[in-house]
Amino acid sequence: MAAELQQENKLAKLIGNFLVSRLSLADLQHLAAKKKVPVHKHSLWYYMGGITMIYFAVQVVTGILLMVYYVPEINAAHASILKINSQIDFGWFIRSLHSWGSTLMILSAAVHLFSSFFMRAYRQPREITWWAGLVLMILCLAFGFTGYLLPWDDLSFFATKVGLDITAKAPLVGGLLGPLLKGGNMISQATISRFFGIHVAILPLTLISLLAVHLMLVQSHGMSEPAAFADTPPEKRRYEPFFPDFFFKDMLVWILALNVLFVLVVLFPWGVGPEANPFAPAPIGIKPEWYFLGAFQFLKLIPPMVGPIEGELFGILAMSLVGLGFLIMPFIDNGSQRRRALLATIYGVAVVLGLIFLSIWGALS
Amino acid sequence: MRTALGTVAVLWGGVALYPIYRYLAPRPDTSDDETQVTSVEVCKLSELPKNSGKNFRFGSFPALLIHTEDDGLHAFKAVCTHLGCTVQYRGDIQRIFCACHGGQYDPTTGKNIAGPPPKPLDSLKVAVVNDQVVVSRA
Repeated sequence: MAAELQQENKLAKLIGNFLVSRLSLADLQHLAAKKKVPVHKHSLWYYMGGITMIYFAVQVVTGILLMVYYVPEINAAHASILKINSQIDFGWFIRSLHSWGSTLMILSAAVHLFSSFFMRAYRQPREITWWAGLVLMILCLAFGFTGYLLPWDDLSFFATKVGLDITAKAPLVGGLLGPLLKGGNMISQATISRFFGIHVAILPLTLISLLAVHLMLVQSHGMSEPAAFADTPPEKRRYEPFFPDFFFKDMLVWILALNVLFVLVVLFPWGVGPEANPFAPAPIGIKPEWYFLGAFQFLKLIPPMVGPIEGELFGILAMSLVGLGFLIMPFIDNGSQRRRALLATIYGVAVVLGLIFLSIWGALS
Repeated sequence: MRTALGTVAVLWGGVALYPIYRYLAPRPDTSDDETQVTSVEVCKLSELPKNSGKNFRFGSFPALLIHTEDDGLHAFKAVCTHLGCTVQYRGDIQRIFCACHGGQYDPTTGKNIAGPPPKPLDSLKVAVVNDQVVVSRA
């Protein structure tokens, strides 16, 4: 018995050595051994990126499964979603995983973004990591926007109409981008085909490529440390090895995140509204998904004209300026002055509170 | 050498991107024959009570016919001038209403009177022929 075990161990070692040598895994082993994670009272936020990734993985798997039955054709799209929801075994489950997964992915990406912001992870040398993160957030929202049209129900139709009108009115690129996305003068088959292509091919490829850059930069710079932690004497700073300590905790958090998703899917399966009718009025009480509610309420509040500028253009410019603030933050708060750090904090808190306030207002109004 | 390589790269990029752009850009004349519709029989006048409206298709765009409390008939292109949602008539407030962002218009003139819309609605012409309400381009 002992001899057999010894022989099995030998074989495993042999295979292990073979893989390490042929796949040049020594560098990776070295990196994993070297990588350490700071331990402090804000360490919890380090898990948010991983949670976002696991939700993205769910999106990829369920998205591929949905493509088996979904038909991106204007007269069949809605019926195919109904079929998935009601006739295909576990179709409702796969679709709800995809829909709830998208909402949780955007939520965890937003929490990751804002927690990194408040931990000042945008400062030198992590500017490019930060910018990549901002673009990844935009890509997540673009996933939500393009996927929303595909079921071709009344809500998705008007959400797309408004979104495309905003895109078309965006300064500089709007005139070019709006018609390219819409594919004609009205939302039609051309729009569904384009959105489908963007949703299942362009966005995943772009997101995966950029995510690779983002992760590679996180590896090369190491985990960002909050100023209070970095300022403590080295002997008082605590770190834990990424592998296996943090990695196994990460996996536990992923299991928890997946449990949250499963509970939501089982308790609140995702439905589908009536089929879109491009000639019917927008239903009373129509609202976008929660992540666009802030922008929705903001656009409702702006009067037709703000000085010499049309209200909607003013709204688009104002929202772009808020985004620009995040983009240029590494230059404003570079860690050289406390005053600038305070300014960044005030900016971040104002944006978060403003978003929460407008979103709640939008949901209740 | 670098300049030559850069120039070739830019030219090559342009050569590759232009056909892609043209391939994706919608053709200006794809506006189907339906846009050539000049008039539509919407319904019988008796089917449209006072203080009510009816959304209908006018060629490639949605339109709205309103029978006002004072027995007037008015029709408009039902596309909100704010962000393009389809508007409807609401009898409870006696206004044309956009559910997307709460824009409101006067049901007799189409003028924007509340909320974010920057311009009035485009008007259409209404006539009653043998009890049939006919809407045509203004």
